[in-house]
Amino acid sequence: MNAFRRVWAVRSARLGIILALLLVGIAVLGPVLLRTDPNAIDVRARFAGPSLAHPLGTDDLGRDTFTRLVHGSRMSLYIAAVSALLGTALGVSIGVLSGFLGGWVDITGMRIVDLFFAIPTLLVAIGIVALFGPSATTTILALGIAYAPLYARLVRGAVVGVRGRTYVDASRVIGASGWRLLRTDILPGILPIALVQSTALLGFALVDEASLGFLGLGVQPPDASWGAMTNAGRQFIFQAPWLTLIPGVAVIIAVFAINLIGDGMRDALDPRTSQRVGDAG
Amino acid sequence: MSLEPTRPPVPPNAPLLEVTDLAVDFTTRTGSVRVVEEVSFTVDPGEIVGLVGESGSGKTVTMMSVMRLVPPPGRIATGRIMFGGQDVRSFDADRMRRFRGDEVALIPPDATAALNPVVKVGDQVMEGVRSHRPGTSDADAHRSAIEMFQRVGLPRPELRFRRYPHELSGGMQQRILIASALQMSPRLILADEPTTALDVTIQAQILRLLLEVRDEFGTAILFVTHDLAAVAEICDRVLVMYSGRVVETAPVHDLFAAPLHPYTRALMASIPPLSADPPERLQAVAGSPPEPGSWPTGCRFAPRCELRLRLDSPEICATIQPPLIQVRANHQAACHFADTAVAAEAAAALADAVEAAEATIVGEISA
Amino acid sequence: MTDATAPLLQVRQLERTFGGSWFGRISGDTVVRAVDDITFDIRAGEAFGVVGESGSGKTTVGRMIVKLLDPTRGSIVFDGQDVTKMAGRDLLAFRRSVQMVFQNPYLSLNPRRTVRDLLMDAYQIHHIASGAEAESKLRALMEMVGLNPAMLDRYPHQFSSGQRQRIGIARALSVEPRLIVADEPVSALDVSVQAQVLNLLRTLQLELGLTIVFISHDLRAVSFLCERVVVLYLGQVMEIAPRKALVEQARHPYTQALLGSMPSLVPGSGITRNVIRGDIADQSPPQGGCVFAPRCELRQRLGSPDRCLTERPRPQELVPGHQVACHYATEPAPGATSEV
Repeated sequence: MNAFRRVWAVRSARLGIILALLLVGIAVLGPVLLRTDPNAIDVRARFAGPSLAHPLGTDDLGRDTFTRLVHGSRMSLYIAAVSALLGTALGVSIGVLSGFLGGWVDITGMRIVDLFFAIPTLLVAIGIVALFGPSATTTILALGIAYAPLYARLVRGAVVGVRGRTYVDASRVIGASGWRLLRTDILPGILPIALVQSTALLGFALVDEASLGFLGLGVQPPDASWGAMTNAGRQFIFQAPWLTLIPGVAVIIAVFAINLIGDGMRDALDPRTSQRVGDAG
Repeated sequence: MSLEPTRPPVPPNAPLLEVTDLAVDFTTRTGSVRVVEEVSFTVDPGEIVGLVGESGSGKTVTMMSVMRLVPPPGRIATGRIMFGGQDVRSFDADRMRRFRGDEVALIPPDATAALNPVVKVGDQVMEGVRSHRPGTSDADAHRSAIEMFQRVGLPRPELRFRRYPHELSGGMQQRILIASALQMSPRLILADEPTTALDVTIQAQILRLLLEVRDEFGTAILFVTHDLAAVAEICDRVLVMYSGRVVETAPVHDLFAAPLHPYTRALMASIPPLSADPPERLQAVAGSPPEPGSWPTGCRFAPRCELRLRLDSPEICATIQPPLIQVRANHQAACHFADTAVAAEAAAALADAVEAAEATIVGEISA
Repeated sequence: MTDATAPLLQVRQLERTFGGSWFGRISGDTVVRAVDDITFDIRAGEAFGVVGESGSGKTTVGRMIVKLLDPTRGSIVFDGQDVTKMAGRDLLAFRRSVQMVFQNPYLSLNPRRTVRDLLMDAYQIHHIASGAEAESKLRALMEMVGLNPAMLDRYPHQFSSGQRQRIGIARALSVEPRLIVADEPVSALDVSVQAQVLNLLRTLQLELGLTIVFISHDLRAVSFLCERVVVLYLGQVMEIAPRKALVEQARHPYTQALLGSMPSLVPGSGITRNVIRGDIADQSPPQGGCVFAPRCELRQRLGSPDRCLTERPRPQELVPGHQVACHYATEPAPGATSEV
């Protein structure tokens, strides 16, 4: 938790952390505390403006935008988190295997990664969703697989870097097996980079979920997610632009928070003292 | 040579460089630390002055201060830096640009890091010429660079000219830096550990080259190093620094004939002799230099000082910072007991022991 | 068991090239002969110096001895067993006998692990001890290298470079090895701290009966610590000699050049002496002859005989225990004396 304290110390990251905590709080507690049903249709109240009953107005079916936003946050953050996790897991596995074993494993692994690289992330995701049909689960799968190559490449590079360090030689000489080396030296060595990258993935996933949703390839109605909401609002963009804008703003705020945290982590994980005065001679 | 500088003349019979009461602070979020304190010294034209110390001594920061190149968050807090009778601290950006690289040149410790890896070395050397002597034709710049390469002992200079740094050995890179520094006919060269990263056979070549540069061009050299032996080889005068302060200063022969400060003695004594019959243990001084910022009160060397022990730990060592006192002609030491008989004896005894121990090497040399 | 008078470590025709592999060749790497046919013995309990400058191959030799690297040719026999063929359990047992101390005190310790973790590695990997027994061994280990056991739970960055090097030595000692390869263990330290660590190494050698392979470019440190020394140049053996012979009667021109290039603590003793000319990289890799020929003073003085360029000199024992690889080194260095 010493790490958390260091990130907290970076002022800009603090805002990010607070925002993120707020969002997570809303996502977790919001649906529980709110009594309104996000799917409650009230045709009489369609396209209503902000009011006490509907703080952010209603959509084309009279559903309360605010409630849908809150419920949607849970869905969107859940999808983003699990996609990022999946991408991390896949990326780290491939990257570590490739970087640590080297030789043919490395060459083959990286060529496969290169293949995937040639295809834009979103297209890969769309392809997978098209194969298995749109839903929250396929979205997660699609995004996770789409992110894995980038991550793998990054991790592989980091592993190769750490692998050559003297302290790894020292562990080898003392008799450490491959597994032990991974556990004590390699994985902890790539942790900072991995952490920052995973945070970035979270941000990408939120946006990509919204994009997929916008294309109708993500969460399906009547379920609410930020992506689904932007999609639903698309048809009414001239009559009721706020239906698309509001979830869009939510995504922006969330990604902003995540980026602040990510930047803060990068700063915090920089070499300890930038001024080792003694070495200045 | 077409690169004759147009510079303000140096007043004769005056030191070329005069540093008085220099203090340098490093300021971080946690506070300010003084890493160099009350440092004063001079360098005469054509003189080679050695600045000796270990890590934390402040020697590199002191040297960088001369060019006002102390890396942030460091800054010169107080002190006067006079070069050729002019106040360096008052130079504006323009004047500073003409000063650095031109009147004073720097040779950094790691040649590989100082050279641009994607530019051919010849071009790099010429770059320096062009920026300091605008209007020099390419042909002239090229010719003078080749000449300088030869002067510094680079065989087949035309060939080297067209090489990239990584194609050359460390020794050659260092020579190129020296050549580059010499292009401007500087009055003073700041040599920061110029031989540390090099093989011992190349070190010897570079040390000799520096001597030749001084003899031929009359350039003064401020030679910063941790290597006492290198200092003995080429320096005229020596300053020994410890924990940010000057603890001893003397002409080189005097320093080695009578090291009056306990730290200087400790340093000399801990160097292993080259011997067929080595001692059982080296005279290592216990502990390590204190971290800047955690200086003890009183004398900074006191916790490790052998003389203090011998004198039954007099209180003054731990309470009062010893000033630099004149003990002999041109020989000063910052120790409360530097001018006592005890110190003189210890100094003489060590000097004799070292001279005896070094006989093997000296014998090899005169071979 | 093995013959008690046989050398503990036998290095025979050791060779290591880089870039010569199939992959290297198609990538266009130049082939580098880092270690080129080296042979020497090390006796149990002795401190053996491996001296050379950059490109000498001394670090590569060290890495091969501890099996961080395998030779491309030749053999390394430790206590009767061929190191190059070891694997599995044999290799693990070998690692208990042969350890390494690294040069850089900042890079050789994992900054994220405490000293305790670093020292416990050996106990865990080799099942030497655990629990309370391990704890007391740890304390003893710290004290042996002159560190306060209370600092066991600190991280490397909280120690000075000298202390870090002691930690590295402690780590090497934790398996209770018979032989330690110390690769430039003091070069990155301040002068006053170097002396401390050299003293420590000497003490450990005497008290524990350790065999030490001391790799260094610093002849002073080598002469202090080592009873016998091998001098390497561009991957080849130039001279092998006991300390006294090396210091007082070095016969190989390269060794003489090394000795003559050392600055002394006597001012004015003369850097105007004949320092060796040229640079390792000045010449193209010589084919077949003596690697040192292009820079050799002796050859110059003898009128540049062809033999130096065509025939590689093999180490010859001119005096028992003293080998020299030079066609013309029959005289001791002119002027070298042992008088004080």
